[in-house]
Amino acid sequence: MNRFEYLESKLIENESIVAKEKYSKFYNGNEKTRFADGDLVLTSHRLFWGSHEEFQKGSVQLCLRLSYIQSITEESGSYIFTKKKRLICHLGPVDSNKLVGPLDNLNCNIDFIKISSKSGLSEDFMKAFRSTVNAKIWLVDESKDESNKKTCIKLRTGIVGIERSIISKQQETDKNISKAFKDLDVLMNMAQDMVKISKVISGKIKERNADISEDETIKFKTYLMSLGIEDPVTRNNFQSNSEYYKNLAKEITEVLLDVVGESDGMITLSEAYCRINRARCLEMLATDDFLAACKYLQGPLKLRTFQSGTVILTLEYNDDASVADSIEKQLLNHEYMTIEQYADEANISLLLAKERLLVAESLGKLCRDNSIGGLRFYPNQFFV
Amino acid sequence: MSDFEFPWEYSFPPFFTIQVHEATREKQLEKWVNLIKDYQKHTNSSNLSIGDSGLLFQNQTINRQLPEDGRKIVLERMKKLGLAEPLDKDLSTWEVYWHTIPEWADILYNWAVENAKQNTVCTLFEITNDETQEFYKLDNAVLVKALRHLEKAGRCELINFGDSEGVKFY
Repeated sequence: MNRFEYLESKLIENESIVAKEKYSKFYNGNEKTRFADGDLVLTSHRLFWGSHEEFQKGSVQLCLRLSYIQSITEESGSYIFTKKKRLICHLGPVDSNKLVGPLDNLNCNIDFIKISSKSGLSEDFMKAFRSTVNAKIWLVDESKDESNKKTCIKLRTGIVGIERSIISKQQETDKNISKAFKDLDVLMNMAQDMVKISKVISGKIKERNADISEDETIKFKTYLMSLGIEDPVTRNNFQSNSEYYKNLAKEITEVLLDVVGESDGMITLSEAYCRINRARCLEMLATDDFLAACKYLQGPLKLRTFQSGTVILTLEYNDDASVADSIEKQLLNHEYMTIEQYADEANISLLLAKERLLVAESLGKLCRDNSIGGLRFYPNQFFV
Repeated sequence: MSDFEFPWEYSFPPFFTIQVHEATREKQLEKWVNLIKDYQKHTNSSNLSIGDSGLLFQNQTINRQLPEDGRKIVLERMKKLGLAEPLDKDLSTWEVYWHTIPEWADILYNWAVENAKQNTVCTLFEITNDETQEFYKLDNAVLVKALRHLEKAGRCELINFGDSEGVKFY
């Protein structure tokens, strides 16, 4: 019995489950042991004993390496009427690197154990057991290891073996990852070139401004102009978060000032986020970082939260009164305006259009008409 | 009866949506109260139902109508001003006056003084049958309310003849 070890029931490489047997017990020689009423799991390399659930969880169980088994004999029940069958396994000498197990301290060196179960071992199990032991799959692994001259003796079994294999796997993945990142570096360098080229093109287009008339060229121009930050602010360049955010806020101001100006002094935070990330190419910003940086903005852009919870970036001088005035002017040509209509005409998002209309309403410049036809805003004639 | 002339806001669609902005809403309610007062006076009716399907609450030409909760808000406002009283618990029918009860009381008393009706008994029919007066054909319930108000002030006394009522001004 002192060949048993306590091991985590995790399968090693090439190991597979062969057979299972319930309510089984061990005899140390001819003596009964406390290891009774457990589930046996026979794998191609080892024999586990414990509860089935524990085995599936991979927790520590009693384990016997099959390589200990030198021969197997069968024993029938000692009574005439019971045909309980047991297996007697004759075991080889204790291995030097055997881990802690039960009955280690027992001096008596009994070199056989008996395996039995409540109603005798099933024929299937015994058959499987015999053929597995005879197959000696572990020898194949060992010979493989030996042929692999780099590792003189690589033990596959035991915690040390498992640890070693984990370490080697980690090293391999590390290698793969760094290789993958090397590819990315190349890509980033290429992206920098791309940014340079786009700058040149946009510069050229700027010079020959007069020649351009087609819509698409103009669009292309605007795209290029809002593209590309040569040296994006990255976290690695700064030691503290606040320093990083401050610089990021500067970058945001530089990139988005024109954009915000063009869209009537307000853009939604989501749009701002998309814009900045497009300009940064590969150095994408996390949403959290972006939001944190926006809180560090020190004019001429600022963050603003509407009553509804919508957050926008806005120009500092852009106050509610001017928003309301611009809407009022726009309304002069109409009897009324819907949110969709206004968004379309002012070329802003629906969300922003709604917020702006509500701002104007809260200043008493507009009044609403909510009917089956939807929500419409009229100039406030109640005060006329 | 000549046609009622609706004010300009009756053709202004936002008039039929209770406004969100506070100052605007105040202005809007004020206009509604005036409209209802004028309309009721014009039609000489003192009862108004929330579910009224007449011209007052809806403008077919612009396809708008004041929703029921809006109507309730307006009538609650009139109640605050002493211009309306609910007639049932679920606030679906209202008594609406274009003068407050104390105002009516004053008008009636002045009429009595001017026409030398003091210290004589006159019937309610007699009062509301004076074509020259604003209270010509005034709803009986409103009239009685106004007279009771006077009675409290000790300026008249209501007398019950059995099948009809009379009043004696002091």
